[in-house]
Amino acid sequence: MFLNTLLLALREIRRNLMRSFLTILGIVIGVAAVITMVTLGNGATRAVAEQISSLGSNLLILRPGQRLGPGRDGVSVPRFRIADAEAISAQIASLQAVAPVVNSGATLVAGNENWSSAINGTTNDYLVAGNWTLATGRPFSEDEEKLGRAVCIIGETVRAKLFSQQNPIGSPLRVKNFSCEIIGLLASKGQGAMGMDQDDMVMIPIRTAQRRFTGNQNVSTIMVSMKDGADSARVIAQIGDLMRERRKLADHEEDNFNIQDTKQIAQTLSGAIGTLTTMFGAVAAVSLLVGGIGIMNIMLVSVTERTREIGIRLAIGALEHEVLLQFLIEAVALSAFGGLVGIILALIACPFLANLMQVPFLFDPSINFLSFGFSAAIGVIFGYMPARKAASLDPIEALRHE
Amino acid sequence: MSVSEAPTDMDNAEGGVAPTGTAAFLIEFQGITKTYGQGQTAFLALRGVDLRIRPGEFLAIMGPSGSGKSTAMNILGCLDTPSAGAYLFQGTHVEHLDRNQRALLRRHYLGFVFQGFNLLARTSAQENVELPLLYRGEAPEKRHQAARAALALVGLSGWEHHTSAELSGGQQQRVAIARAIVTQPLVLLADEPTGNLDSKRSHEIMELLVRLNQEQQITVLMVTHEPDMAKYANRIVHFVDGVVSSDSGEETPACS
Repeated sequence: MFLNTLLLALREIRRNLMRSFLTILGIVIGVAAVITMVTLGNGATRAVAEQISSLGSNLLILRPGQRLGPGRDGVSVPRFRIADAEAISAQIASLQAVAPVVNSGATLVAGNENWSSAINGTTNDYLVAGNWTLATGRPFSEDEEKLGRAVCIIGETVRAKLFSQQNPIGSPLRVKNFSCEIIGLLASKGQGAMGMDQDDMVMIPIRTAQRRFTGNQNVSTIMVSMKDGADSARVIAQIGDLMRERRKLADHEEDNFNIQDTKQIAQTLSGAIGTLTTMFGAVAAVSLLVGGIGIMNIMLVSVTERTREIGIRLAIGALEHEVLLQFLIEAVALSAFGGLVGIILALIACPFLANLMQVPFLFDPSINFLSFGFSAAIGVIFGYMPARKAASLDPIEALRHE
Repeated sequence: MSVSEAPTDMDNAEGGVAPTGTAAFLIEFQGITKTYGQGQTAFLALRGVDLRIRPGEFLAIMGPSGSGKSTAMNILGCLDTPSAGAYLFQGTHVEHLDRNQRALLRRHYLGFVFQGFNLLARTSAQENVELPLLYRGEAPEKRHQAARAALALVGLSGWEHHTSAELSGGQQQRVAIARAIVTQPLVLLADEPTGNLDSKRSHEIMELLVRLNQEQQITVLMVTHEPDMAKYANRIVHFVDGVVSSDSGEETPACS
């Protein structure tokens, strides 16, 4: 009985291919939009999380100034010194690495090639804190760090731009106005999300940077890497106390530095992207709803159009619930099929768009099931009313309908 | 709901095919009355119709517009219920059956042929004929066979896969007849079956109905307003103003 009605419904859809196609178009687009939005949103969230975790796990970043944003570089704010980093390292427990960093930028020249890149004056601890490994070569020696030798460790992008195929180790690299020897090559971290290339960077000893670039004793940031399982809130409090003491802040004065926990940044960013994903998903869901209303419209029109046919079916001996079931199955089959096509479209579009946006493509079965279920539900809900109307027609009236 | 008294012809043909049990009559109307509307505006479409039809009869119902013949046909076909009176089908009271019970009765005992053919559009002859079998839940193989046999019976072998649009009017009506008889009904109700056909096709259709009546013993009830067509019937009933005005031959009133 059910199978027969299913057969009737499918025949009906086949008989009206064009109308069926137009009916499901709204559902197709709605489902595809919902899945695409949510999938790309998930990808973006993952990308941000990955990028932040690639900075190093359990990483704290100390910057002078009260907070991020305008005014943080006010002249009155005292900078950090290398001694601050050394003090943290010496006095705070459960730390893995403490790396003072002097950020700068310069044009690099090697042979006939030149390239502009970021220059980070720092110590070997930067490798630990920043989660870097050396592909070849060696880290700075104690001597080189202390005396500020002209040596450098380059990132993969820099190597690719300046040395193409040849091994850069031991080659001279001209950094702005002085020449240094390349002693190491960092293993690539790959392209970060949002187009940020983490491999486009040159590491030199921090004293070299202070002497040759900035000409002062200042340190831009201090990166602190905690041991696994360290209580970050406690460590942050301890470092805060230590810095207040070193900066001679009275009790009533506010901190003139700030400590960021990358985990927290990651959570904040993921949260923000999650909110956006939800919003876009909601917008897409509205289009899915509109698609459902489209199905209801077409089904209503089709009941009117097919009044005579319903009359024939009733006269032949179709029961009320059989006609109801047929129309319902038609609506559900249409919306479910539309949902399937939407899923297929989304699965074709998502990898492409994810690649374009440079976010990973994460297949999320739950959103696929959800949109499919939703489109089928739309079929039931919006198919019921017209079906009810069709089934309750008086066969005599229906047969007389022109 | 109002059923207007459009001139519709009913073919009442009775084929004495079926085991009729104890009842001598296949169909018995006892004082059937049908009223439309209420109070002042009430309209009496049928005013006490008595009609008895034996199995195997070929009955033509004639009458002018508004005479109640199509109302009578709708009630005969269990598409409608009488306001008063008794309708016995094979000796069973069916006047109080509900919508679904009447649908089941139509499904199992009645076949319908309409003036406008009423085939499903864009659907092959085969599928049209299979439709009632689908509602009866027959297995696919049985359905196909029965539909082919019914189409062969109406002379449409080889046209199974043509859609309505690809068939002439006469052929469409043959498909409609095949659809009506594919379930081997007791009664075939034909409502002006030749109304949309030219006279040559009309005579062919009537010959087909006569053949079905005689060979398949299907009782045929036909509404028509063409005396030429009514001649094919072996009994003609005239309706005027909601009552039977003349009846060419109710044979042997078995019970009085």
